[in-house]
Amino acid sequence: MKLYGKFFMIHLKSIMQYKTSFLLSCLGQFLVSFNLFLGIYFMFRRFSQVEGFTYSEVLLCCGITLLEFSLAEAFARGFDTFGSIVSRGEFDRILVRPRNEIFQVLGSRIELSRIGRVLQAIVMFIYGIRASHIHWTLTKAAAVALMLLGGAVVFSGFFVIYASICFFTIEGLEFMNIFTDGAREYGKYPVSIYGKKVLQLCTFVIPYALIQYYPLLYLLDTGEAYYALLPLAACLFMLPCLVLWKIGVRHYVSSGS
Amino acid sequence: MKKYISFFRLRFSMELQYRAAALAGVATQFFWGAMEILMFRAFYRTNPGAFPMTLQATCAYVWLQQAFLALFVTWVLENEIFDSILNGNIAYELCRPVNIYNMWFSRNLAMRISGAVLRCIPILLFAAFLPAPYGLMAPAGLTNFFLFFLTLLLGVGVTVAFCMLVYMLCFFTISPMGLRIVTVSMVEFLSGGIIPLPFLPDGVKQIIELLPFASMQNVPLRIYSGDLTGGGTLRALLLQVFWLCILVAAGKILDALAMKKVTVQGG
Repeated sequence: MKLYGKFFMIHLKSIMQYKTSFLLSCLGQFLVSFNLFLGIYFMFRRFSQVEGFTYSEVLLCCGITLLEFSLAEAFARGFDTFGSIVSRGEFDRILVRPRNEIFQVLGSRIELSRIGRVLQAIVMFIYGIRASHIHWTLTKAAAVALMLLGGAVVFSGFFVIYASICFFTIEGLEFMNIFTDGAREYGKYPVSIYGKKVLQLCTFVIPYALIQYYPLLYLLDTGEAYYALLPLAACLFMLPCLVLWKIGVRHYVSSGS
Repeated sequence: MKKYISFFRLRFSMELQYRAAALAGVATQFFWGAMEILMFRAFYRTNPGAFPMTLQATCAYVWLQQAFLALFVTWVLENEIFDSILNGNIAYELCRPVNIYNMWFSRNLAMRISGAVLRCIPILLFAAFLPAPYGLMAPAGLTNFFLFFLTLLLGVGVTVAFCMLVYMLCFFTISPMGLRIVTVSMVEFLSGGIIPLPFLPDGVKQIIELLPFASMQNVPLRIYSGDLTGGGTLRALLLQVFWLCILVAAGKILDALAMKKVTVQGG
């Protein structure tokens, strides 16, 4: 953990050498997610609600999903760019060091410019909270914290799968975007609006609904109490991802020169 | 003219080399299209009265948008050009007896068209076989299809002419980051990439429809789906021609200015 702090400081210092560029990319991240907000805003100008969810509830949902995603992205970004590590043969260097390889990949990149996206998410989140008239209690605050934790874990899991596939294909596969960027883009609405089949798929196969839809119902006082604990169940998703990663490491054949 | 056509052909065949990447992209686009349609369906089921287009027209819009994504997205800019301005390779280009603007224009056009040719066929075929309201319907008639094709070409022209402005401005600002960020996010929304323009509220919609961004993907996709008919079509067509002329003229002026005071960077 101390070492991770050190990695973090290195990235922070290196990025602070280029302050303007850093600020610009933060602004860019902010603007790009701003489009997401505009899309929701104008849809709700026309339709006041969708499948029983109001504007502020959707904003709350969108803010939480965006926050989960950007947390995962900021810290597990090393896995996202893993394709280039493998194809340049840099993974050899990681293997010979006496540290856990997952830990090293995590430390290889920490994307601080994602702060722009985090800010956007926080703004939407706060607006959603204020407008949704939720009666806040300690347990509900804990539920939000669990959602963020579970969400960050699930998205990180997808980054790990993405990286593990790189062991076999050498380069990143574009279709994996469906699970990461796609989930962020369409996670702005509660999963249930996409229909029953998508909801079932996102409950039992890919645990998106566990970190988004069910705990949200709990926050809005329409769901059962145990829904708040489902993000913890979603964390189990990390296990098969790590197994895949182990298989990948064993399968690894050095490439590059 | 002949040399620019050969630039076009060169780039076209170069891009066609990446067939596997294009196929992988197709899978992603199926998914995006399907989710987009499911989202619109949810809004439609909640309140069909507030829907500005028919559900079928919206679905056709989404599928065509996915199929012709490569033609209209502004986040795909040619990095080579930015790099050449940044690292001084532009000097080689300037030595050639060709006009920079025309050369880049033809190269960009080729890049976009080749990308779309590879991707559109599987998506269109798949969408055509989906059940009625969710699939891609046949065009309303021969004239409709002809108009769609014409405005599609004009729309690509406007998009490329706009991107040329971004490249040309880069001669003056050197660092492309700020410009790219702002253009990419603004254009995507204003051209109807996030939600189709008819979904915007009155007042805002009328203003945005006059902007050059509405002359990009908005016009052909709405003509095909039958949302834009009669006088509206003519007006949109004239606007497209108007903006194409203006943007190309602005690009040419910037080109002339840039060539007068171009600084070769790097060493």
